[in-house]
Amino acid sequence: MSLLEIDNVTLRFGGVTAVSQVSFNVEEGEVFALVGPNGAGKSTLFNLISRIYDPAEGDIRFDGRTILDRKPHEMARLGIARTFQNIELFDHATVAQNLLVGRHRHRKSRMWTELLFTPFVRAQERHHREAIEKVIDFLDLQAYRDKYIAGLPYGVRKVVEMGRALAIEPRLLLLDEPASGLSVEETQDVAFWVEDIKKQMGITVLMVEHDMHLVASVSDRVLALADGKMLAMGTPHEVQNHPKVIEAYIGVADEHEKVLA
Amino acid sequence: MRTVFKTSYDADINLFRHPQQMGWYLALIMLALALPFLLSVFALGEATNVLIWAIACMGLMILVGQTGQASLGHAAFLAIGCYANVLLQQRLGLPFLLSFPLAGLIAGVAGALIAMPMTKLHGIYLAIGTIAITILTEDFIVIATPLTNGVIGLMAPPIDIFGFEIDRYRTPWLLYYLILAVTLLVVLAYRNLQRSPLGRSFAAIRDSEISAQAMGVNVARTKAVAFGISTGITGLAGALMGHYAGIFNNETFNLIISIQLLLAIVIGGLGSIHGAFFGAAVVAMLPQAIAIGRDVLGRFIGGGSIAIPGMETAIFGLLLILFILFEPMGIYGRWVKIRTYFELFPFYRKDMFRRQKAYLKTERMR
Repeated sequence: MSLLEIDNVTLRFGGVTAVSQVSFNVEEGEVFALVGPNGAGKSTLFNLISRIYDPAEGDIRFDGRTILDRKPHEMARLGIARTFQNIELFDHATVAQNLLVGRHRHRKSRMWTELLFTPFVRAQERHHREAIEKVIDFLDLQAYRDKYIAGLPYGVRKVVEMGRALAIEPRLLLLDEPASGLSVEETQDVAFWVEDIKKQMGITVLMVEHDMHLVASVSDRVLALADGKMLAMGTPHEVQNHPKVIEAYIGVADEHEKVLA
Repeated sequence: MRTVFKTSYDADINLFRHPQQMGWYLALIMLALALPFLLSVFALGEATNVLIWAIACMGLMILVGQTGQASLGHAAFLAIGCYANVLLQQRLGLPFLLSFPLAGLIAGVAGALIAMPMTKLHGIYLAIGTIAITILTEDFIVIATPLTNGVIGLMAPPIDIFGFEIDRYRTPWLLYYLILAVTLLVVLAYRNLQRSPLGRSFAAIRDSEISAQAMGVNVARTKAVAFGISTGITGLAGALMGHYAGIFNNETFNLIISIQLLLAIVIGGLGSIHGAFFGAAVVAMLPQAIAIGRDVLGRFIGGGSIAIPGMETAIFGLLLILFILFEPMGIYGRWVKIRTYFELFPFYRKDMFRRQKAYLKTERMR
């Protein structure tokens, strides 16, 4: 049984079909990448898995059970964490506080005990801080722990957002363009982290990414989409050389061009 | 500048960052305890009023500064707290020690219930929606005349705690101590909120609802809880206001009070407990300051006291405009800047508190 099953999913916005009969499975412990030109429906698929949109047709199953009867905020509890394409951090809070919000899924205290700050709440806080400290060490964020997000550079924010998703301790991590806007060195860091997330933490990764070098170096399988339809699925090498994918990205030569060639 | 070396997780959890800081706040509490011996009866009354406003401001601050939800409906919850407290004492014969927390609870539950449909609105629409609560409550008090005595109003009985009679005119120092105790408890609860998961989920909703949701925060429910805690504390302030004013009717808690509350926390500095106190001091003492200023000015010109209608509102408005233009972080923000200047002297830079523009946001799914 696959960890995540996308079963014949279709989503329409009015007359526009954003995602059309897409089916794929993400196996436990793999890195699965979604690629495709702008408007292919990659982020829409993420929003479908996050339950922000309801599919018109089809089913989405996590761990063998449909998630279509769940609310968006229940996804974190199920073990699905995500990042956003255009960083959605809590700007007026520190890095540590942002990561602590990621621990919300593990909150066991109630409102009244928190207002009184009982010893149980303190013990729970210590535990949360220990957990985020591991994430801070993993992503080398020590220097920024108590800095406010509003003053941080773009590259660090990207990493913090990944850290916040890791603080959830998910089973499935959805990364929406983890390397967009990053320098070459920072992109390499992301590649190492994705490897480690898979191998050390045993977290399954589903990511959307345009950087084909990153995709080729970390993913086990790739699905190419265009105009909401599936083009090709397979290893990074297979997908990159698939004629339909080349057509979607570069286009086909016209008849007279072929003659010239 | 002080660098705190953190050797345990408790360093981040504790109420105070370092012993010196605790020392300063203990000194402040000592000063507050000594006030009745230092001030005249009139000035002590003003200090009491500031504390009551500070409680109300902290209530609104939890909603606006912490959770990022605007409200112009908080005068209604002052009224609910005030009427509930006095009616529980008069009609049911409950002692103050029971009626007071119950009044807060009633205002809190009312706030949470009203929030459920209300928090579907955002920003300016929420503000307009909450104005309706204030106006409706004013009318409801008149409609429910058999209970509330309508436009004639109600008298708050003297507070009785274990046989000690607490009255603004006969025992002003006892009223002051009582309200100081409530203030300190509310501050403690607010601090506890800030350092616990619930407070962090409030801040998460303020900064990005969509990612708060992705972190597993139930946005609708958390907003209702924020409203409940906020209006509950405001209700406590309302109950104290009733005892402080002695008599109140439908017009005591009008829209102007709602606006003044919001004004106070903006002038004081959004998002901090300090801001609630600074703002409360400005709003509670400004009318007196204007009156005194008018007397002095009148004597100076030699025409006796001059009365200009609308003067108070105009000065409030002017203050708000000046703060939004020149110090959006409020009095507390200015205080932080001055403190940083001295801590880093001579290395303070003019742009230190200027933040980079926020990056493009994902289209918010609202």
